[in-house]
Amino acid sequence: MREIKIVNESRRRFLQAGAGLTLAVYLPNSLAAPVAAAPGKAGAAAPAAATEFEPNAFVRIGEDNTVTVIAKHLEMGQGTYTGLATLVAEELDAAWPQIKVEGAPADAKRYNNLLWGPMQGTGGSTAMANSFEQMRRAGAAARFMLVAAAAADWSVPAKDITVKNGIVSHAASNRQVSFGELAAKAALQEAPQPEDITLKKPKDFVYIGKQSPRQDSKPKINGSAQFTSDVKLPGMLTALVAHPPRFGTTVKSFDATGAKAVAGVVDVVAISNGVAVLAKDFWSAKKGRDALKVTWDESKAFKLGTTDMLDRYKTLARSPGSIAHTAGDAIKTMGRAAKRIEAAYEFPYLAHAAMEPLNCVVKLTGDQCEIWNGEQAQTGDQTNVSKLLGIPIENVKINMLYAGGSFGRRSNPHSDYVLEAVQIAKAINGRAPVKMIWTREDDMRAGQYRPLFYHTLRAGLDENGNLVAWQHRLVGQSIVAGTMFEGMIKNGVDATSVEGAANLPYAIPNMLVDLHTPTYPVPVQWWRSVGSSHTAFSTEVFFDEVAHAADKDPVEFRRSLLKHHPRHLAVLDLAASKAGWGKPLIAKAGTRRGRGIAVHESFGTVVAEVAEVSVKPDGSFKVDRVVCAVDCGIAINPSIVRAQMEGGIGFGLSAALHSAITLDDGQVAQSNFHDYPLLRMDEMPQVEVHIVPSSANPSGVGEPGVPPIAPAVVNALFAATGKRLRNLPLRTQDLA
Amino acid sequence: MIALSINGKKYQVDVAPDTPILWVLRDHLGFTGTKYGCGIALCGACTVHLNGNPVRACVTPVSAVAGQKITTIEGLSSKVGRAVQTAWEKLEVVQCGYCQSGQIMSAVALLSSNKKPSDEDIDSAMAANLCRCATYQRIRAAIHEAAKHLA
Ligand code: FES
Ligand code: FES
Repeated sequence: MREIKIVNESRRRFLQAGAGLTLAVYLPNSLAAPVAAAPGKAGAAAPAAATEFEPNAFVRIGEDNTVTVIAKHLEMGQGTYTGLATLVAEELDAAWPQIKVEGAPADAKRYNNLLWGPMQGTGGSTAMANSFEQMRRAGAAARFMLVAAAAADWSVPAKDITVKNGIVSHAASNRQVSFGELAAKAALQEAPQPEDITLKKPKDFVYIGKQSPRQDSKPKINGSAQFTSDVKLPGMLTALVAHPPRFGTTVKSFDATGAKAVAGVVDVVAISNGVAVLAKDFWSAKKGRDALKVTWDESKAFKLGTTDMLDRYKTLARSPGSIAHTAGDAIKTMGRAAKRIEAAYEFPYLAHAAMEPLNCVVKLTGDQCEIWNGEQAQTGDQTNVSKLLGIPIENVKINMLYAGGSFGRRSNPHSDYVLEAVQIAKAINGRAPVKMIWTREDDMRAGQYRPLFYHTLRAGLDENGNLVAWQHRLVGQSIVAGTMFEGMIKNGVDATSVEGAANLPYAIPNMLVDLHTPTYPVPVQWWRSVGSSHTAFSTEVFFDEVAHAADKDPVEFRRSLLKHHPRHLAVLDLAASKAGWGKPLIAKAGTRRGRGIAVHESFGTVVAEVAEVSVKPDGSFKVDRVVCAVDCGIAINPSIVRAQMEGGIGFGLSAALHSAITLDDGQVAQSNFHDYPLLRMDEMPQVEVHIVPSSANPSGVGEPGVPPIAPAVVNALFAATGKRLRNLPLRTQDLA
Repeated sequence: MIALSINGKKYQVDVAPDTPILWVLRDHLGFTGTKYGCGIALCGACTVHLNGNPVRACVTPVSAVAGQKITTIEGLSSKVGRAVQTAWEKLEVVQCGYCQSGQIMSAVALLSSNKKPSDEDIDSAMAANLCRCATYQRIRAAIHEAAKHLA
């Protein structure tokens, strides 16, 4: 790229005011060809254009009339590429078909997550929330400069010029021009001042809130979408790693004779967490790894089982923990309560199990490190890699590719799998680019799980059946302890352990929420919806138990204590009415049917779900239908909002019905989809999603669909059978 | 050398005969649309057509398919294939997309042998194709949509 013009002061002022953009104008001769393209395939990068207009770090307009939106967030299925492009297209008044999206490079100065300060990354359902103004301003700035160029060209006032659907027009003189034709001239225009830009009012939106087709549909249905697994570089080797059988185990020695005898195997190297076999292709590397003999040092191996751990958690739960939230005097009120209800809930470790097993491509050249990855945590990974290699952070270049799911896994605070790939490349002195692939078994057994948790709850009702006291105790490992996010631990409480419990929305005068945080060497990490993946279950199931004990309707009881939470009330009412709450369900002979509800806020989005179930005499059951109501502020793309609710419900159902990672003598018992089953087609309920109309700024939708489904199902099973299941995953034999 | 016929073209590959066709496609011939998800026939991400029938490429040794007709997502050009892809796009089925080549190959195989599948037919034909993003509802709708279009 040839830089021909440097930022001017006014432009800098505008873009800083516009939430931290920095920019330069580039006039590239041509764009780099896609490095990762497989033979005979279109790559991910845009076609070369002679002249391009790059008004800021997020938009590039080519003379071929293509508008390229630079997406700073990972597309892992949640629709960010489409959402970010929609925001730009809206204020640019572009035509949707002319929009292309390209992943941003790792550069926190330009592409930081505005809700995370100086860090670039995707997570916590923040992509739309932090970009809503920034990307619209980026589009508006580009539009302003296009209009200025046309005004100068035609010698007419800018205010008489209109832009619609990618065409710039002057009605009085009947002149029209495309963005592409204006690109070169627009690049020479002054950038707008902040006061020059007025963003559209919601009533004038043409894309936001409408159905802009997904940007990533085509490449994902014709096989051309480039995931990390698809990267092929000249001379690249594929690496598989023999990992330790237990957490805390290290390599004592290894014998590579057998591995090296396998045709295609090129090298065998030790790294900090195992032994890597490098080969010309996956299958040779796999056979090489099978033939490798490693002797492990088990002296520091963790050898407990999850059953023992749970017993210890239960013991811990008998004594008070660190206080996460307190109001009134829960203990005293509980002592005087006319009726007390108690229950305990168990949650297993869970693997993310994204369909694309973890992988990472690394190329080392001198003091430069280039990475290809479904990159969810640019700044953290750059920092960790630069430390490992002893090179400046800006020498770590990251190409962000599509991720075949992640659910939080590709944002590891320790950069675990990324550093593993970098270590392998380093161990061979950068002789060849390395594609490290984890098999499904590696992926399943590497830890970084949603933590095992144990919750106990108590509630006190007064003589009129009012809920007057609530005590909630949680026991589970901290996700952020020992990471760069440790600052989230305040007074012994990791906020991610208690989110959804410490901020229970119900108006209960006396509350006490406390937490025990045991330390174990099983690595844990955020997993789609984080703390809410367990707190929504225990609180919403227990609330139902309390409603039953108070002889109140679960919806009415919730309503009565949510008077100060209008958004909760709105989704609750919408879901209940659309589901026909209170109307009888028709059951086939021999089956029992029931309806259950749950409501939960996570990441600023409030979701209520009503589940309908049918239970057979043997206890097996089917979730027939789920009615979901969501308030996520402005729904930028309603089809994607619905898709995320449908997908979140399916993801939550996998955990409710099937999934658990267990340890036996310290070894992970599961390895692949036969013993860590996921929801299948025939188990997917009919899902109906209703979006609450809103003019509030958008919050996220990637995670909030998950938390309410498991409690809604359990509450429905109770309605159908009178039996209350409290441990996940659910055991159907308990309903027989 | 093993002779292969992929998407109507002939190829010669020099690989160990036990190499699953999945890795021949991906690592040696550049057909990366077919994905690896489990390696042991549990997820369907690697589904390709062998003489028109869906097979799991991850457990199919290359030696077993020499000379037979293999179709991958890149070579999907039949009327049914196009109808399925069009329906997938129209109903916005994809999320992360990683499973979708396999889903589409299974759906095309279903519709090629059953013009008007019921929900139960779809359940049984698609039950072995996992989608961690749980796009199942839209997959079902898209199969019905494609069937309607083909009728
Ligand atoms: S990779 Fe072949 S079925 Fe999963
Ligand atoms: S779309 Fe992500 S696994 Fe199916």
